[in-house]
Amino acid sequence: MTDHELMWRIAGGSGDGIASTSQNFAKALMRAGLHVFTHRHYPSRIRGGHTYTEVRADSEPVRSRGDGFNCLLALGDSFARNPQEDAYYGNEEVKPLAENLDELNEGGVIVYDTGLLDVDEIPNFEERVEENDWHVYPLNLREIARDHGREVMRNTAGVGATAALLGIDLQYFEELMAEAMPEEILEPNVEILHYTHDMVKEEFEFTHDLRVPEGSHDEEQVLLSGSDTIAYGAIDEGCRFIAGYPMTPWTEVFTIMSQALPELGGISEQVEDEIAAAALALGASHAGVKAMSGSSGGGFALMSEPLGLAEMSETPVVLVEAMRAGPSTGLPTKPEQADLEHVLYTSQGDSNRVVLAPGTVAEAYEQSRLAFQLAYGYNIPVVLLYDQKLGGELMNVPASHFDREPNADLGAVTTEEELEEAPHGPGGKFHRYRYDAEDGVSPRSIPGQKGGHFLVTGNEHNQAGHIDEDPTNRVTQMERRMSKLDGIREFLDGQSTQTYMGPDEAEYGLVTFGSQQGTVREAVERLNDAGHSVKGIGVSDMMPYPEAEMTEFLESVDEAVVVEMNASGQFRGLTQKELGRFGGKLSSLLKYNGEPFEPAEIVAGFEASIDGEDVPDQQTTYVPAAGD
Amino acid sequence: MSAFTAIGEDREIDREEFTPTLEPQATWCPGCGDFGVLKALKQSMPEIGRNPDEVLLVTGIGCSGKLNSYFESYGYHSIHGRSLPIARAAKLANPDLEVIAAGGDGDGYGIGGNHFMHTARENHDMTYIVFNNEIFGLTKGQTSPTSPKGHKSKTQPHGSAKDPIRPLSLALTSGASYVARTAAVNPNQAKEILTEAMQHDGFAHVDFLTQCPTWNKDARQYVPYIDVNDNDDYDFDPTDKGDAERMATEAERSLYEGEVLTGRFYVDSERPSYQEEKQAIGEMPEEPLAERYFDDDYEWERTHDMFLDRHK
Ligand SMILES: Cc1ncc(C[n+]2csc(CCOP(=O)(O)OP(=O)(O)O)c2C)c(N)n1
Ligand code: SF4
Repeated sequence: MTDHELMWRIAGGSGDGIASTSQNFAKALMRAGLHVFTHRHYPSRIRGGHTYTEVRADSEPVRSRGDGFNCLLALGDSFARNPQEDAYYGNEEVKPLAENLDELNEGGVIVYDTGLLDVDEIPNFEERVEENDWHVYPLNLREIARDHGREVMRNTAGVGATAALLGIDLQYFEELMAEAMPEEILEPNVEILHYTHDMVKEEFEFTHDLRVPEGSHDEEQVLLSGSDTIAYGAIDEGCRFIAGYPMTPWTEVFTIMSQALPELGGISEQVEDEIAAAALALGASHAGVKAMSGSSGGGFALMSEPLGLAEMSETPVVLVEAMRAGPSTGLPTKPEQADLEHVLYTSQGDSNRVVLAPGTVAEAYEQSRLAFQLAYGYNIPVVLLYDQKLGGELMNVPASHFDREPNADLGAVTTEEELEEAPHGPGGKFHRYRYDAEDGVSPRSIPGQKGGHFLVTGNEHNQAGHIDEDPTNRVTQMERRMSKLDGIREFLDGQSTQTYMGPDEAEYGLVTFGSQQGTVREAVERLNDAGHSVKGIGVSDMMPYPEAEMTEFLESVDEAVVVEMNASGQFRGLTQKELGRFGGKLSSLLKYNGEPFEPAEIVAGFEASIDGEDVPDQQTTYVPAAGD
Repeated sequence: MSAFTAIGEDREIDREEFTPTLEPQATWCPGCGDFGVLKALKQSMPEIGRNPDEVLLVTGIGCSGKLNSYFESYGYHSIHGRSLPIARAAKLANPDLEVIAAGGDGDGYGIGGNHFMHTARENHDMTYIVFNNEIFGLTKGQTSPTSPKGHKSKTQPHGSAKDPIRPLSLALTSGASYVARTAAVNPNQAKEILTEAMQHDGFAHVDFLTQCPTWNKDARQYVPYIDVNDNDDYDFDPTDKGDAERMATEAERSLYEGEVLTGRFYVDSERPSYQEEKQAIGEMPEEPLAERYFDDDYEWERTHDMFLDRHK
């Protein structure tokens, strides 16, 4: 983090183009040589309602939303003005301005649309501006847009204005607009952009000193979300079949895949429910195609039975679980990490599945590929667990990160030549579930292969797949299926999939999983800068659990705080269960208000933990260690 | 060369190839109607010229689901009610396979009712056999969606207050392009209908009347039956949907009054199958997707080359 970093927030009504405008803003800054990170906040409704997106940009890599923000572009909520006004409660009209002031940092810059927002409706506006040393630039963006094009182009006017105030070259916006817009709307947009930019420069005396930082990249960058990278990882690993049913935030992965697969000669199916979706993925996989499905909490609950069938039948499949706040429908558009236990333990019987939880946009690509490698290499279901935050945030990643060989290897399958040699039971039934399989992995045949027919069943079965309740057979098959997890653990240990932060030697540890990794990394850096001795670990293997690595990490520190977005400390619980100790060393810093952590909250939580004080921020909760 | 050489093999098929030499542990009760389905299915395999390695039989859970244990082929004994989504995806992945789904009336019309409606609607090219014994067999005789109104069981001691499901009408209105009913007691017709259903290019639904002598002793053995296609009293055209709907309604009503009407109720050979529709709009490859994974020469695309420009 440098002193000059920009944390720009654009706020308005849902459906007013906040997402696309902020995406272009982030891309323009990336093209200008900066590192960017976006954080999205939106309510669970389609039109109207308050929404914002933050774009944080710096010459140094940025890995989290940061603390608060320093530049606000408050567009009006156009929908709040339409005839349905009665349908609203509270003062919706001024929300894009009023709602965002609490988190605006001291010395911050405000641009707002006087055509839709009236500061007189905001209590103590003048006093607050004075107190916080904010710099306010009122502009009738609505009128400008209407005069030079159409009212919906207010966004462009706002971007032109902030570009002038922050010193961003318009060229980048123009290029992006030219790439995306048809001629007839491109022209007025470009005009509005320049007009507002020049007007702001001429008419205002700039009292603020926030300017966009300068930066450059050594190599070409791309701007991607976690949903993008999960989809791309799957595609590069040869996944050509997806089945799903929409549910926020999983819908993003589903949409990206549905648009990409036909281009690649693959198949996407939107089906009647999530049970069907997971079952379709099993059917396609069984027939010899790399397949995935997925959902969010409630939909994943419906997949519980097909997931168990995949375990028992050893049908490889990748299921994606995009967490949002629960229980039940919960907060549909807000992040939480409270489905960990659901994903680990759902479905009947002893689990023999793999659960991976990527921590960053770049890592999501790798873990998505890894998920397919494990699923097909070991004939086991793999759940890729992430959350609304990781799925929706955009980050720049070097394009070279994705420059890798595709891998469409179907994994543990036989060929017809091998089938000729393979053991068969009476009736020519192929021994699909061999007792003597190496690492527990007994290769499968694919329907249509000569000499390969066998029976798949969710019942316990013998080597040929016939239902079999013999106790010895039961124990042998159970142990073989479970033993695959040992092989997978060994394989993963060789890959070092956990992420380490800070110095090798430190007094304290911060432990996290999934999407909080970047924020924890930033907190670790800040704490060390402030003279604390702290290191961090971002864990991505939930099952099988990285026992050796975690034991080593926890033994090396005096105390550790587990940072997670849920109320019950699920990952801390898993760690204690898996390692069978460290109860006295592990405390929890929890957040479950529907917003991800900010780095300062982790810093404050950590400091409170070592001082034995209460956490100052009401939005996070500190739970001390239980004692051994 | 195909990675699936069993498919399309040109030779005489003997129905005994479909009989497991190992006596399965799963055993149906003596006199169970399910044996009739098994027999008809085995007999129809040589007719359609398919061998055990190119047939995928997906079943649900129930006595009916044990069909796999008696039938030698690629088999998928799945979970209660879910045979259809598994089967239809397998067919999309490799359309060269002969895909058959089968299950009971509880499995197919109860817990899997939603999938039934949607698979019919999409007109997947596959055959769906429902063992309709008007009872839950495997869980020991509870009322099923096809049990008649007033049917008493341990879980409905006062008799069912519900009207039974009308599977033929449901299949028709949902969009199935082939709808038939046959009975275990009528082996010749059963074989003929199953053969035709498998040869049909689209979703073929066969409501197969089977008796459950163990739990549904009161139920008729579905004799005497009448083949509506062979009887002048039922003059109707199974290619006409209106006719088919009337005939199906009649058959469903009269079944509960003791008259067993069987035969083809609807045959639409014009309607394209789902996979044809999907190929027509460019959402499904012409060659079986599954083959691609065995083709060493296939050039797998990379997102780096295809999609990253959008993100620059
Ligand atoms: C999700 C689920 N619910 C319930 C069951 C228990 N169950 C097994 S078979 C069956 C009903 C079988 O009846 P039917 O489908 O008519 O088949 P039949 O046994 O008569 O052939 C039930 C309820 C189950 N296996 N899974
Ligand atoms: S219980 Fe009924 S359906 Fe099941 S095997 Fe026995 S007779 Fe057949």
